[in-house]
Amino acid sequence: MTTLDTRSATLASTRGRHRGIPLSRITTTELRKMFDTRSGFWLMASIGILALLATTAVILFASSHQMTYKTFTSAINIPMTVVLPVIAILSVTGEWSQRSGLSTFTLVPHRGRVIAAKAVACVSVAIVTIPLAFAIGALGNLVGTAIARVDPVWDLTVVNLLANVLANVLSLLFGFMLGVLIRNSVGALVAYFVYQFLLPTLSLILAASQDWFRELQPWIDFDYAQSALFDGALNTQQWTQLAITGTVWLIIPMIIGLRLVTRAEVK
Amino acid sequence: MITIESVTRTFAGFTAVDDVSFTAQPGRVTGFLGPNGAGKSTTMRILVGLTRATSGTASISGRRYVDLPNPGLEVGVLLDASAQHAGRTGREILSIAQRFMGLPRGRVEEMLDLVSLTAEEASRRVRDYSLGMRQRLGIATALLGEPEVLILDEPANGLDPAGIRWMRGLLLDYADRGGTVLLSSHLLHEIEVIADDLVVIGNGRIVAQGAKSQLLRSAGSLLRTTQREVLARALIDAGVSSSPVGEDGLLAQADTAEVGNIAFTTGVPVIELRPADGAGLEDMFLQLTAESRRDTIRDNQREGAVA
Ligand SMILES: Nc1ncnc2c1ncn2[C@@H]1O[C@H](COP(=O)(O)OP(=O)(O)O)[C@@H](O)[C@H]1O
Ligand SMILES: [Mg+2]
Repeated sequence: MTTLDTRSATLASTRGRHRGIPLSRITTTELRKMFDTRSGFWLMASIGILALLATTAVILFASSHQMTYKTFTSAINIPMTVVLPVIAILSVTGEWSQRSGLSTFTLVPHRGRVIAAKAVACVSVAIVTIPLAFAIGALGNLVGTAIARVDPVWDLTVVNLLANVLANVLSLLFGFMLGVLIRNSVGALVAYFVYQFLLPTLSLILAASQDWFRELQPWIDFDYAQSALFDGALNTQQWTQLAITGTVWLIIPMIIGLRLVTRAEVK
Repeated sequence: MITIESVTRTFAGFTAVDDVSFTAQPGRVTGFLGPNGAGKSTTMRILVGLTRATSGTASISGRRYVDLPNPGLEVGVLLDASAQHAGRTGREILSIAQRFMGLPRGRVEEMLDLVSLTAEEASRRVRDYSLGMRQRLGIATALLGEPEVLILDEPANGLDPAGIRWMRGLLLDYADRGGTVLLSSHLLHEIEVIADDLVVIGNGRIVAQGAKSQLLRSAGSLLRTTQREVLARALIDAGVSSSPVGEDGLLAQADTAEVGNIAFTTGVPVIELRPADGAGLEDMFLQLTAESRRDTIRDNQREGAVA
């Protein structure tokens, strides 16, 4: 008979002998999928490249008394709050916009597990790359101050740095949530930029003109509550504000998004 | 074994799949045949859990697809060969599937070999693949986990004649080794040469199903006569329905012995009389295709009349 497949005479029935796919394996595979295209690779590489550019810009343009470690990390944080959420968004929406979800969700039919694995993979990327970016900033601080012939100023504590990492992870998760909720690359990216760049401005204008809003803002504006993390240690009230706004802006939409993902057709 | 029981799916009031039930048996190739838009893909998507059924159940070896612990090792699925991240290479797409399934890395090269994708082709990005190459890659992905069940949606699309022959051999061999194969097509001839069983669907409903040999046999007799009207009436009197074919032909729903007997007693000269040999199936299928087309024309006219 015509056959190219000479391995076995009959297909062995393997039914009932398979074990489930562990979450760790889904996570490492999803992690690989974030790097294995040219666009994915350069998006990842851009974290390092942009941190380097931001650091160089501080060395070139900051005056010698401005040149403290905090100036460097603040400069690095600007591209981070864009790139990390974009990475998170595309890792989710690609399954729909690039249609690879057809394979993914037939190989792993529990869609919640795929989304959880993607979340773990994205947060891992953030947790590895942010310290790396801050290390580039530290190097910049040493080089910059040496060039300017001043002593380096280390004006951030370890707690400050951890709060910075947390703030970045939160913006990444916000992007992730939009990806899950909208499931379309362009739509989710636009929504993220509106949230990240338009809403804070509107919020600022409103707070400047309306007294009632100025008092309310920390309790309803997630970005505002989150930005406190960049400035120093949070007090109990600020943590509460972060928890409340985080629940409203991040956790509830995420739950809605997860429900939609598990019910939606994968086309 | 694949079991589909009373599956119905409606999209905003439109019924794409309407109370569909059938099984696909191990050791056999089951052809799922129907014109474009008949509901084949929707049925197959429901089977693997990508689309939800409005009602009814679908199972594989007695379990729902979502309950399979590692589905890739039990069911090979190819629904749409173009549904891949265009920026990945063919090899990378296989590697991802291999990782999800937890298989040794060597399987990827074995499968590339099996579907005749060269090392150089496998390193190209799928955006630069022809449809035929994508189908081969899709078949490689489906076979990766050595599953017992294969579900393939129009796998012959885009394959060249040699590729179609190759796939036919592969699937026949697969069924010979005890595998269950469900494959869809909108071309009767394509599926006729490979399927053991046929399930014919039109406008979301099953219109015929059974062993191919039986469906072909039940097709009746084809005859040509100089007095078609007279013979048709005589056949009806004898309880045999018939339909005109061509200039002077009749397709009668009875075997050649009975039809010959009726013609003889009626005294009508017969030019030709032979078993219909699947012509009935082809007629039915053509009619089905024409019907769905006529429906859309009628709908358009109705819309035009309202406007
Ligand atoms: N998500 C959807 N929303 C609305 N209609 C749909 C959807 N999916 C399929 N259909 C319709 O259902 C019918 C059956 O489609 P399909 O199963 O793809 O047919 P086939 O694969 O037999 O060509 C078609 O009329 C198609 O337009
Ligand atoms: Mg189809």
